[in-house]
Amino acid sequence: MIRHTLGRLTATVFLALVLAFFTLPMLWLASAPFDDTPRITTSVPEFTLNNFAAILDNPYALGSIRNSLIQGGGAAVLVVVLAALAAYALSRVRVPGRDVLLYLLLLLSSVVTGTAAMVPVFELATRLDLIDTHLGVILVVSGGLLPAAIFILKDFMDETPTTYEESARVFGATPLQIMRHIVVPLVRPGLATIAVWALASVWGGFLFQFILLRDPEKAPGSVILYTLYTEGGAPRLDLISTFSLLYSLPVVAMYLFVSQRYGFRFHGGIKA
Amino acid sequence: MISLHDLTKIFPGGVRALDGIDLTVADGEFFALLGPSGCGKTTLLRTIAGLETPTSGKISINDTDVTALPPGNRDLAMVFQDYAIFPHMDVTTNIAYPLRIKKVPRAQRTAKAAEVAARLSLTELLHRRPAELSGGQQQRVALARAIACHPAAFLFDEPLSNLDARLRLEARTFLKRLQRELAVTTVFVTHDQAEALALADRIAVMSHGRMVQVGTPTEIFHRPATTFVASFIGSTPMNLLPARLAGAALHVAGATLPAPAGLTPADHLTYGVRPEYMDLSLTERPDAFPGVISVLENLGTHTLVTLETPGTLIQLVVPEGDEPPIGTPAWAVPRRALIYRDQTLHTP
Repeated sequence: MIRHTLGRLTATVFLALVLAFFTLPMLWLASAPFDDTPRITTSVPEFTLNNFAAILDNPYALGSIRNSLIQGGGAAVLVVVLAALAAYALSRVRVPGRDVLLYLLLLLSSVVTGTAAMVPVFELATRLDLIDTHLGVILVVSGGLLPAAIFILKDFMDETPTTYEESARVFGATPLQIMRHIVVPLVRPGLATIAVWALASVWGGFLFQFILLRDPEKAPGSVILYTLYTEGGAPRLDLISTFSLLYSLPVVAMYLFVSQRYGFRFHGGIKA
Repeated sequence: MISLHDLTKIFPGGVRALDGIDLTVADGEFFALLGPSGCGKTTLLRTIAGLETPTSGKISINDTDVTALPPGNRDLAMVFQDYAIFPHMDVTTNIAYPLRIKKVPRAQRTAKAAEVAARLSLTELLHRRPAELSGGQQQRVALARAIACHPAAFLFDEPLSNLDARLRLEARTFLKRLQRELAVTTVFVTHDQAEALALADRIAVMSHGRMVQVGTPTEIFHRPATTFVASFIGSTPMNLLPARLAGAALHVAGATLPAPAGLTPADHLTYGVRPEYMDLSLTERPDAFPGVISVLENLGTHTLVTLETPGTLIQLVVPEGDEPPIGTPAWAVPRRALIYRDQTLHTP
């Protein structure tokens, strides 16, 4: 009996510790921005909104969120459009060596976006005059995301029965009409997933944005966060926490919107 | 009118799905392609639709060669086995979809959809999504969509196979009446011989990519051209008994029957008789197959009797209440029989 109670107690304490480990940073993010003197530990805040006023005074803070939206949104659109077209073609047309190609791309993508490719990517961007442009960032990060996106979307496409498309073909629909009227609506949950994933990846991405953009006017939030230090090199916890909170809000809003609008549903219509 | 000339389809990998098909479907005809799975009937339908490209041969619809035309330019409408009504569109949008492709203005196509839907008693369901419809309703939506585009011909791929047994009978009658009213040339594929017999004006029985027999349901039922057709057609399979010719007499399953005129000896002689075309006798008859009753199967209004004769089993149908108990010696008297010489019908 005692052993049983002790066992339950240990388990509960263990779970509570694990929970605390994951929730304390969240709690810090919620409390520190409103604290007059935030420290690295979570504490009951001396309530103030001064931190928000201070971050709004930072010349780059708001602009960087706009930059993040441009770069993340641009990459999300590019990745979704290109991956959808590629995945559809790969799913419907028999190409010799298709699976090998896909796996190879997937393998290489982790190399391309990694630190290993940093120097060549920088060199390439310099020669193409893409340094310090949103387009440069969008192209480079999209290149890294595309293989995985194609891989995931091809699965969605494979699961869509071809009779829908054949039916539309017999009625005279062109391939583009079939794509627009039939395929895109059917794989919409997949497209939404890829868009969210691409945007979130770029939102949190730092390395390439840091390297490809010299001008702080064009830097995204993730790079600006890195500049919130005193001249002595000490982190400005008040600004960092406040900016982190502001910076995470658009992504949270996007998640909520997409899951509410495009949650994983399937409407039927094929009789099994 | 749909005509096929020497149509052949060989799939990559060498499977010969269609093997020199020649066929003409007349205007307004309800035509069935019947055969077991893998016989090429669905490939033939898809080739007519343009979803498969024939390896060689010619397809023409109303005297226009459409062999090289894409599916959309053939003026056909196809109803798929799984209906393939678009799950993200409501019933109106689904029915109006072919008109949307033809760039008919929205108001006009909505009106047309409502008109066709009314004809198929779908008016109450116009705003539903496919997931909110029963199987029979989904099938009617698929039909309505096909009707809405006013094609030169309909192609149906097993249109009734996804309905449950009772609904299938209802849908069969409905489909036949609808086709008669619209008078549009229709080709449909089925593996169900009863469905083909009930619906079609003419039937083509297919096997291994070839047409074994083309004819009216009556012709196919009464005079199957080969033993394959004979065994495939009929709700209770035809008795196909090995026979031996000796002079003017035919020895079949313990009985000696007069041989038809002009029958010459062959490697394989088969005596075919449908269970429905035999009578049961409890007294000995010279022209009958002797045996012992071994199984009785209740078919409702009739009973299927299995008679154990020397070396083989013979099945025959007797009216309900007329079946003797198991173990009774009995004689099966053929009324109408066919003789097959090397698997093809011998016509005396």
